[in-house]
Amino acid sequence: MAHNYQSKYQNPVINWIDTRLPIFWLVDTAVGAGHPTPKNLNYWWNFGSLAGLCLVIQLISGFVLAMHYTPHADMAFASVEHIMRDVNYGWRIRYIHANGASFFFVVVFIHIFRGLYYGSYKAPRELLWMLGVTILLLMMATAFMGYVLPWGQMSFWGATVITNLFSAVPFVGDSIVTLLWGGFSVDNPTLARFFSLHYLLPFVITGTVILHVWALNMPGSNNPSGIDVKGPQDTIPFHPYYTIKDVFGIAVFLAVFCAFVFFMPNALGHPDNYIPADPLATPSHIVPEWYFLPFYAILRAVPDKLLGVVAMFASIGVLFVLPWLDTSPVRSATFRPLYKKFFWIFIVVCFGLGWCGQADTDMPLIPFGEDEQAIAENIAARLPADSRAELLANVPGDLKVLETYATRAGMSEAAFERLVEKEKVTFDVLHLNRLLTAYYFFHFLVLIPLLGWFEKTRPLPESLSSPVLSPSAMPAE
Amino acid sequence: MSIEADAIDGADVNRRDFIHIATGSMLAVGGAMVAWPFIHQMNPSADVRALATIEVDLAALEPGMGMKAMFRGKPLFIRRRTDAEIAEAREVSMTSLPDPQADEERAQKAEYLVLLGVCTHLGCVPLGTGSGEKRGDYNGWFCPCHGSHYDTSGRIRKGPAPYNLEIPFYEYTSDTTIKVGKEV
Ligand code: HEM
Ligand code: FES
Repeated sequence: MAHNYQSKYQNPVINWIDTRLPIFWLVDTAVGAGHPTPKNLNYWWNFGSLAGLCLVIQLISGFVLAMHYTPHADMAFASVEHIMRDVNYGWRIRYIHANGASFFFVVVFIHIFRGLYYGSYKAPRELLWMLGVTILLLMMATAFMGYVLPWGQMSFWGATVITNLFSAVPFVGDSIVTLLWGGFSVDNPTLARFFSLHYLLPFVITGTVILHVWALNMPGSNNPSGIDVKGPQDTIPFHPYYTIKDVFGIAVFLAVFCAFVFFMPNALGHPDNYIPADPLATPSHIVPEWYFLPFYAILRAVPDKLLGVVAMFASIGVLFVLPWLDTSPVRSATFRPLYKKFFWIFIVVCFGLGWCGQADTDMPLIPFGEDEQAIAENIAARLPADSRAELLANVPGDLKVLETYATRAGMSEAAFERLVEKEKVTFDVLHLNRLLTAYYFFHFLVLIPLLGWFEKTRPLPESLSSPVLSPSAMPAE
Repeated sequence: MSIEADAIDGADVNRRDFIHIATGSMLAVGGAMVAWPFIHQMNPSADVRALATIEVDLAALEPGMGMKAMFRGKPLFIRRRTDAEIAEAREVSMTSLPDPQADEERAQKAEYLVLLGVCTHLGCVPLGTGSGEKRGDYNGWFCPCHGSHYDTSGRIRKGPAPYNLEIPFYEYTSDTTIKVGKEV
């Protein structure tokens, strides 16, 4: 954009405006015919525009909800019920907003995994990627505070648990939590500020999305082959080719979205949030919204409070430095046979973490039998000195034999069974959780840097056009 | 696919035009259907609509007394008129009224006058219903904001207000109770 930009539009009114404020030029070069786009983008490239649509859906439905919602601890729950029962189409608007948040996360997670698979985070798109991660963080903060607003049991206890994370900060933790609450517990002041922030943050997200799209427009989109666009023969204009493809994606997305909004609007929510907040009783099983589960699992994996919180934030923090952790010069997983395998393992690990996040940590998964040594020691303590020595000298690996010692020690059958039960060795959810958490960081901190050195990548095509145009690449008739 | 193969027999329209028009129409219809709930949500909600009618008991009113009630967020004036007040309202010549209307049309039972207490000038609440309040030059109501005078039928007689005080929809549910407002 030169200082004396002269618009090239034929229409004199558009030309007049555009010369003074090149807004038509901006739209045209961002999403119009004036935006050359790689010609080989696949459907994974639809999720950026879908994320934009989700943001718009959340903004519009959110404004409407705010017209009827009351941010006060005594009235918030009732005002949400008022929206559901009294406000014209209020139920629809609320279900759109609640399910819209979930769909926003689905879309953005897919968008991020797309970036991971095709190496879209690599130079020259590092800043674009980091802005994306920033959007994710902002979305998480916004969604968390939004979930508090209906002031149900899950709202209240979710807010309590998450704000208490900050109490892990050494020395000043408690002061920080008091500051966040505006009191000595989650209460009306907390609700009021969460409402204010829940209204503010989406505008911050919008601003960041603008920067994100701007940063995208500098290098232009990456593409499934990950190689750079070499010239006009590799591109097609964004409009009409990708506008129409995006519209098709939007139609499919909306069909699925409406299926949830109209036929299973509460499938992704938690029924306990239809119970008004009660500061005196915690629900027996509190779980965060599904999109927080993997991060929640990472938090629980670490036995130390502070380190758990650190690990949770680090799980997103590693994404920020990913462009520098990845040492491979090849972007797309299509040409990285090893990375491709590890990518899919990583996906499974992420789903596994999500599953762990909602399961009871002490639920046994794989039984390994009993710890005979511990059982024997327990029985031995009740035996006279000589039989004690005999038992401990060679602990029998057989429960039957152990039981005879138990009877000799005067233990009842029931007491023995209780002992065996107590010393059962299993691989439980917490173990799996820890394993997957370790793998998560292993993937980013060890695998990704090493792969760049050891992986033998497949030869890259000359250009986007060549695999299609060169005779050798033509399919056999 | 050639253009010829696309063309619909005998018509100057081809498949692609049809798809474009169909897509555009679907978008317009769909857009309107999506937009309507977002507009309609601003209309009165069910709890507001439930308060669209009120019942008022007139039994306690003595001749010459007035009372106020809340109706749809606005003051409702009811005056049990004396015979003298009714006669006063009915003797006026129509030509002397800025907004001519016979008193017979303004009260279902001559005794009870039911009015919206909103000045037709700029919306202030006129004085005259409570005992001891100023009633203006025509012994009805007086609006203190810019000096509008209403008579014993609630008709505008003097001052900037253009119309008579509004009569809300009401019906008698018994001899001395009325139900004000239409269900919505
Ligand atoms: C509100 C959320 C977001 C919106 C509205 C958004 C929007 C977009 C749009 C419209 C595109 C271009 C179309 C496309 O490539 O699909 C794009 C590209 C991109 N986004 Fe996002 N995005 C969001 C969140 C994120 C997040 C959370 C990340 C990563 C952590 C991210 C990373 C990227 C990258 C790397 C590209 C370039 C992709 C490529 O060209 O290969 N975005 N984004
Ligand atoms: S508002 Fe009553 S006279 Fe102006």
